[in-house]
Amino acid sequence: MLILECPYCGVTGEETEFHGGGEAHIKRFGPGSSDADFETYLFMRENPKGVHFERWRHVNGCGKWFHAARCTMTLEVFGTYSAQTFEPPKEIKDAISAKRPGWSWREFS
Amino acid sequence: MSTRLTTGGARIARNKPVTFTFNGKTLKGFEGDTLASALLANDQMLMGRSFKYHRPRGVVASGAEEPNALMNMGEGGKFEPNQRATTTELFDGLVAQSQNHWPSLEVDVGVVNNAMARFLPAGFYYKTFTFPKFAWKHVYEPIIRKSAGLGKAPTERDVDTYEHFYFFADVVVIGGGIAGLQAAKTAALSGAKVLIMEQDPAWGGRAVVDGGMLGEVPAADYVSALVAELEGMDNVTMRNRMMGAGVYDHGYVTGYERLRDHAPEMAGPRHRLWRIRAGQIITATGAIERPLSFAGNDVPGVMLAAALRDYLVMYGVSVGDRVVVVTNNDDAYRTAIAVKKAGLDVPVILDARAEGGGAIAGEARALGIRVENGKAIAKVTGGKRVKSVKICAQAGEGGVLEEIECDAVAMSGGFSPVVHLWSHCGGKLTWDEEHAMFRPDAERPPKGANGEGFVVPAGAANGVLDMGVGLADGDHAGRLAVEALGLKAADANLPAFDQAVEAPLAEVWMMPQGAGPKLRAKAWLDYQNDVKVSDVQLAAQEGYESVEHTKRYTTLGMATDQGKLSNINGLAVLSHALDKPIPATGTTTFRPPYTPISMGSIAGEARGDVFQPLRRTPMHDWHEANGAHWEPVGHWRRAYCYLQGEETPHEAVSREILATRKSLGLLDASTLGKLIVKGPDAGKFMDMMYTNMMSSLKPGKCRYGLMCSENGFLSDDGVVVRLEDESFLCHTTTGGAERIHAHMEEWLQTEWWDWEVYVTNVTEQWAQVGVVGPNSRKVLEKLGGVDVSKETLAFMEYTQGKLGAFDARIFRISFAGELSYEIAVPASQGAALWDALYEAGEEFGVTPYGTEAMHVMRAEKGFIMIGDETDGTIIPQDLGLNWAISKKKEDFLGKRAQKRAFMDNPERWQLVGLETTDGSVIPDGAYCVAEGDNANGQRNVQGRVTSTYYSPTLGKGIAMGLLHDGPNRMGEVVSFPGTDGKSYEAKVVSPVFYDPDGEKQNV
Amino acid sequence: MRRYSAFAVAREAARFHSGWERAWRSPAPKKKYDVIIVGAGGHGLATAFYLGKNFGITNVAILEKGWLGGGNTGRNTTIIRSNYLQDPSAALYEKARSLYETMSQDLNYNVMFSPRGVIMLAQTEHEVRGYKRTAHANMLQGVTTEFISPARVKELVPIINIDGPRYPVLGGLWQARGGTARHDAVAWGYARACSDMGMDIIQQCEVTGVRSSGGKVVGVDTSKGAIDCDKLGLVVAGNSGDLANMAGFRLPMESVALQALVSEPIKPCMDVVVMANTVHGYMSQSDKGEMVIGGGTDGFNNYTQRGSFHHVEETVRALVETFPMVSRLKMLRQWGGIVDVTGDRSPVIGKTPLGNCFINAGWGTGGFKAIPGGGWATAELIAKGEPGPLSAEFGMERFIEGRFIDESVAAGVAH
Repeated sequence: MLILECPYCGVTGEETEFHGGGEAHIKRFGPGSSDADFETYLFMRENPKGVHFERWRHVNGCGKWFHAARCTMTLEVFGTYSAQTFEPPKEIKDAISAKRPGWSWREFS
Repeated sequence: MSTRLTTGGARIARNKPVTFTFNGKTLKGFEGDTLASALLANDQMLMGRSFKYHRPRGVVASGAEEPNALMNMGEGGKFEPNQRATTTELFDGLVAQSQNHWPSLEVDVGVVNNAMARFLPAGFYYKTFTFPKFAWKHVYEPIIRKSAGLGKAPTERDVDTYEHFYFFADVVVIGGGIAGLQAAKTAALSGAKVLIMEQDPAWGGRAVVDGGMLGEVPAADYVSALVAELEGMDNVTMRNRMMGAGVYDHGYVTGYERLRDHAPEMAGPRHRLWRIRAGQIITATGAIERPLSFAGNDVPGVMLAAALRDYLVMYGVSVGDRVVVVTNNDDAYRTAIAVKKAGLDVPVILDARAEGGGAIAGEARALGIRVENGKAIAKVTGGKRVKSVKICAQAGEGGVLEEIECDAVAMSGGFSPVVHLWSHCGGKLTWDEEHAMFRPDAERPPKGANGEGFVVPAGAANGVLDMGVGLADGDHAGRLAVEALGLKAADANLPAFDQAVEAPLAEVWMMPQGAGPKLRAKAWLDYQNDVKVSDVQLAAQEGYESVEHTKRYTTLGMATDQGKLSNINGLAVLSHALDKPIPATGTTTFRPPYTPISMGSIAGEARGDVFQPLRRTPMHDWHEANGAHWEPVGHWRRAYCYLQGEETPHEAVSREILATRKSLGLLDASTLGKLIVKGPDAGKFMDMMYTNMMSSLKPGKCRYGLMCSENGFLSDDGVVVRLEDESFLCHTTTGGAERIHAHMEEWLQTEWWDWEVYVTNVTEQWAQVGVVGPNSRKVLEKLGGVDVSKETLAFMEYTQGKLGAFDARIFRISFAGELSYEIAVPASQGAALWDALYEAGEEFGVTPYGTEAMHVMRAEKGFIMIGDETDGTIIPQDLGLNWAISKKKEDFLGKRAQKRAFMDNPERWQLVGLETTDGSVIPDGAYCVAEGDNANGQRNVQGRVTSTYYSPTLGKGIAMGLLHDGPNRMGEVVSFPGTDGKSYEAKVVSPVFYDPDGEKQNV
Repeated sequence: MRRYSAFAVAREAARFHSGWERAWRSPAPKKKYDVIIVGAGGHGLATAFYLGKNFGITNVAILEKGWLGGGNTGRNTTIIRSNYLQDPSAALYEKARSLYETMSQDLNYNVMFSPRGVIMLAQTEHEVRGYKRTAHANMLQGVTTEFISPARVKELVPIINIDGPRYPVLGGLWQARGGTARHDAVAWGYARACSDMGMDIIQQCEVTGVRSSGGKVVGVDTSKGAIDCDKLGLVVAGNSGDLANMAGFRLPMESVALQALVSEPIKPCMDVVVMANTVHGYMSQSDKGEMVIGGGTDGFNNYTQRGSFHHVEETVRALVETFPMVSRLKMLRQWGGIVDVTGDRSPVIGKTPLGNCFINAGWGTGGFKAIPGGGWATAELIAKGEPGPLSAEFGMERFIEGRFIDESVAAGVAH
């Protein structure tokens, strides 16, 4: 059972306090987009072994969505940050680099 | 024979006799006994039968690793199978029965398998029983199943209770032996909040049994002082009878506390499951002695050397009068010496090491014990009890040199650290050549949330078997743990000690070394599952080369003891068979829990009435008192109908519908979801959430809205009310409130976070009553207050104000197709409103109706129901709801998805009404068949029923369904074959069966 | 290959079983194969077996990074059923179930298929309607199922509590020819048969790269060197994403941990498999006497194969409520398996963006029951280069078209 820290209310809580919401930083494609883009948006996933960015909601707490950077092989959590951003903040990327030099995920590294 | 000695027994209280029964016999023991020690004291060596061959089995260990002495315990609602006698504390009135035999423990017919053992090697069942085909299911499997299983199945409801307990600690120490106690002390002195748990009732572990000096005091006294010191510290919590069950990710630990297993007369829960978050975990879980693999090593009376010593020292029980000791290490000499000193005979110590033992061997010889180096047991004779051992050279093939009579054999194959808890969460092991054991690899610990190790092994669990060094290792572990937490480790003032000087252990995996097939087929590795050396060798020979293959093929280590005695021995035999070193052969994965824990404790308090929370509307009690026939809807309980007198639910539903349509019905609609969407951008947001244009809705007006998922599928519907310019009230389905609230929040927070919109769920803040039927207006007018006349409050309008004494929101909306109002009042006024409406309605024959009447009435009107007409694969266009999809909006959730090839497609099935040609009701879920079969031989279908009811209003069966090209096939008759063997013929009609022009709801 | 039989066992008993041959060979890889299957789990081995049996393609290597049958094939709760709602699923799972019926004879290896019957409990009105719908669909699909009454449920499962205070049993969907099989034996039986056909099962051989030329696959790099092939089948539940990355494409799926546990063995007390979806638990009793219990999946990507406590708690709580006697049993062992879950929770059997590279993946929690059918369909796909009727609907293009195979619409989503 994971422990996560909600970046909004600062509470460190049990996994059962949160709800996983799948991959983070997915760009929405709406009306007018191509079939391929729309498919990618809804279904295609990184599903990496290693560094991953994902969404969580502090559902049994403040109710806020946030992002976590986590390793899917070890479950190590590199950090959590606001969901209201288009890319992981520098300190999160630095924290990952310190532990997993040379990591990359989609366009981020 | 085994018996109670007149002296000795540190744990038992000889002045407190206890009476218990075993297989119906009444026996006596003492307080402090385990069931195993008490049985041995009564000369009951035979305690069970093995799984496969039904061989007679005695107790072999003295703790959690015991594979043989498993009992059916207790009776009735307290009955429990597979209880280990070695960890069951004796109490007055204990009832135990041995398992897996028929007709009795002494005479077991199943032992015929033993005679056939040669025909039943590992995996024999994979090679046989395949002919003839039907016979597996009907002949072989029933026989195999009957003979399988150990304890009896409980039959009654558990009368005990269980609880969960949440705990947080900086350092959790698992194991209360000398290393664990010292680790706890060091951590506590350093300022950490410490929890230490010990599965046994007593603290101190082996140090208390084996003695020796720590500083100036005997080990037992040192332990007492340590325990007293820890008990006096505010930052230390101590629990005995509590096992560390599992270590999980990020420092999660479960502790299994057995509160009343030893004292059933006490009040309170039987087991308490501790759910612990630990900063650091210290596993001081000790080590387990390994058996030696010689022929007949499973005959009752053959026991682990340390266990035999435990029974002698702790319980004053002699396992036999003449005890042969066989060993590959020095520790077993302690058993020989203890036996000799107790006045019993040790005819010989067989030391498999050519060089023999260290200093302790001299001590044994000085006591007059014969010691034979380089010798082994070729074979143990005896059936239900050891009679003799045949001695041979360890280096040979088993040529018998001598036969020695004895009634017990104490064996020791060395020790294996208990690495289970270290390994549960990914801690890796390293092979220690010197001691021939796997121990934790400090370089590769399990890693926590921050990527650092969070488990520290200590003492014997870390491969440190010497008491004094173990104490120091405990201190070291305590220091490592607190330092990992950023604390400064305090100095713990360790006592001086002498490290015992021991001769090295010799690896002995088979005895004798060159044992032939006959001996190997009688040398047990896994006692409970009857796996022998020959079985593991066969697995290797047949190519089941990985440890996991061998384990699964032979069932080695898969029994209730999970291989605590057998895993390493089996692995060693396998690696020899493969001619690979042991570490290269690998080790199996350890899974939680360490020993089996009760399902009751896992479930905790949540059972029966408190299984899950129950949601009640403010009017719940009225429904309950007035014949409500309940239906669970999510966590809600809703009235399906209200039963009067002897009527059936079906009759009640018809009565409720007819009364409502004729005059007046009341529906408790409080469970409907109610979400408030508010803010300057509320209109824009509503336009994204709903397929309809909501931003154009005028305040005070209602609009039926549809919501789709981004994947295009219809997910919820309901009436949206614009309360004010910047405030919408969204009604959702009963099951949808939380889901839709979360859905809205998700989009608001993660996609349009710059929009100024706030959503809140007020479902439980409001009670809501549907007042339905031609007389509904009259009832409201009777209550007085707000004007609800046709002119002031038209269909699909909303008003608020005082309705009688109530603060009401009144929506003129209809799901039944009648003149109807939904009245929402603060939840606290709900019950009173219901009473007032009921009283005012009495002159109109008011009839409360339930969910089923609601469903039927909406179906009569052709209104769709989320969950009936939709199932997650339906888009609004399938249901003729194009009118509710805005063409003007550029975007809304689901719009893009609905443009995909399979969705924007005239081939999709469309909603129609269905009327059976004979008035019967089409069965729920029936499909409409088309001609022919598809490529997979399945009958082609062209549609299906989505809702089907008997309509009391129309006096016939009506249905809604989806049909290929449906709207263009009005009047056509199509077929729905039922699982009842009948075919239902139905005419395709409009789905609106009742009042198609909507005149009744508009009056 | 020496045939297995009771006579063979008796013959070997006389010589202490010294004459048994290896169940499968342990060859070094050749330079090139017609077909390489990556993954020696149930589906991979079955694919290879039917390539040989149905299409005569035997120049086949099955590469396995660990040990054969060591993934989800050896970690699941062994339930076999085909009472699916949607036509494509029912066809595939019923094909699999019918192949299980004769598998022991076909493979000369007793996989202990035990058609003891599967009940899916209906505990809400919604589930009642859902299962009645499934029963109607099954009737037309040639799958024998029946909606049964609470009394009949109680008769089949005496230990069940049919009038619990929260979720009384309102009926059940009964498939009499569903059941269980010995999971390891399925992998071992297929492996032995494949090896006997001359196929090479290469264990401890990890694929590290997929080599292609002109948009077509030409081979793989492995921990045992490069191996060429004409066609490649990726059949690696729990690692599909990783292999797809090597082959240069992404998949519409994510990997999560599925939780399971067993109790200590007890004497037979439940002859059928019971699934209770409302309370999220399912249970059967193994031939050894253990109660085999399946639970839910984690809500996040996970490759650790470790058990997680809170899922077990939820599952056990539900089962104690449904089967009160369970309270006095003990949990022996819990574990996790990594399952690949697709966007519609149905599997993918189909072509990939890389030419001559095919995939069988995304079985979620339901892969074991499909092994022979999945293998059959994948073999057909690889041999012909185009999907046959069994896999026609399961290609990845369905995610572009919006043509989903959604089984969650019937009440039963668990396996």
